[in-house]
Amino acid sequence: MSMIKVKNLRKSFGKIEVLKDINAEVQEQEVVCVIGPSGSGKSTFLRCLNRLEEISGGEVVINGQDITDNKININKVRQEVGMVFQQFNLFPHKTVLENITMGPIKIRTTDKSAADKLAFELLDKVGLREKANSFPGELSGGQKQRVAIARALAMNPKIMLFDEPTSALDPEMVGDVLEVMKQLAKEGMTMVVVTHEMGFAREVGDRVIFMDGGYIVEENEPNEMFSNPQHKRTKEFLSKVL
Amino acid sequence: MDIISAAIPMLLKGLQVTLYIFVIAIILGFLIGLVIALLRLAPSKILNWIAKVYVDAIRGTPFIVQLFFIYFGVNSLHLVSLNNTTAGIVTVAINAGAYFAEIIRAGIQSIDKGQTEAARSIGFTGAQTMRYVVLPQAFRRMLPTITNQSIISLKDTSLLSVIGIADLTQQGQIQASATFEAFKIWLAVGVIYFIIIYLLTILANFIERRIQLR
Repeated sequence: MSMIKVKNLRKSFGKIEVLKDINAEVQEQEVVCVIGPSGSGKSTFLRCLNRLEEISGGEVVINGQDITDNKININKVRQEVGMVFQQFNLFPHKTVLENITMGPIKIRTTDKSAADKLAFELLDKVGLREKANSFPGELSGGQKQRVAIARALAMNPKIMLFDEPTSALDPEMVGDVLEVMKQLAKEGMTMVVVTHEMGFAREVGDRVIFMDGGYIVEENEPNEMFSNPQHKRTKEFLSKVL
Repeated sequence: MDIISAAIPMLLKGLQVTLYIFVIAIILGFLIGLVIALLRLAPSKILNWIAKVYVDAIRGTPFIVQLFFIYFGVNSLHLVSLNNTTAGIVTVAINAGAYFAEIIRAGIQSIDKGQTEAARSIGFTGAQTMRYVVLPQAFRRMLPTITNQSIISLKDTSLLSVIGIADLTQQGQIQASATFEAFKIWLAVGVIYFIIIYLLTILANFIERRIQLR
């Protein structure tokens, strides 16, 4: 079943067209990695999938709902689509536990004890139970990102979007975060990951999308893509990053 | 010395009036400021414009003119009848409101865009994002400036004596002319204002430290 369906997606910032004509589909339980040079539009593409960017044209259908239709309740759709940011964006005035329980308590009106129980389960999953009462400022980058993943998972989303989740991390922190994402993929989460981690894309990705200049230039199954790229641009890019 | 000790109860009565007006006006002023700040940041151009006109009008005119406009000007229209205390509270509130609006707007804008994006991506509405994520953080940053403006507003209340409100300054005037001890009376009035403002500063520092701790 198709969880994400993008048709003729266009996005402009003023006169600059960042996404030109994007067509893509992501199936349930599929892990799709989006790679490409900076400025290729890959982050913008991801941010269109939960309408953090207003969409200039085309269609984006998330779990059967066209989110370009202004009649749909975008807040409802976003509850089903978790997002993890490069800069973590944890709420610094809340503890780790409160960061995770805030969504369930305020949006789902889950009672506090049930929300806490869920939060501790998620903290176990990302290996940070002992940090429940810390504030984000007391955590390392890798720990922050794992809390951010737990926070997104607390809404029990059907899709997870990752926007360069390891790009702001010290190298020795990257592994822990990728490990959590791998586990998530194994559990059957539908994931779209914008990343520079080619190792992760190869190992965990079911499919890799290469973007450049606002277009999807090439997409393929990872091994095929990395060992036998078809397009000139893909070859150039991969020769620099691999 | 007995002249002063005889005048002190009257001065303290005046202080009560000053504090009563200040507390109500500052709460109203903060609410006005919050509303104006949100209008200023709203997506609608008309709302932005209304908020901007309000802030510019208040910032661009002296407090005493605002006070006369509301007490004498508005009353002369015979649409409402404001007694001097009400007119005083309203003037201090709308005056402080304009300055609070700018403080709150700057505070909101200082919060990283990523905070809003994270909250919206979880599924919070715009209003929930403001209430649970942006404003609590902005408020921490605004606190020193809010304290500052509150102190200015407290001192502005002394101008209300000119429309006959029996505040601390007005009581000082009465006592000074009754006793012919202007030096001692005005020194006492100054000391009372100073103590109140000093206590206000201590309170603000205490709140600031408490929220900074986490």
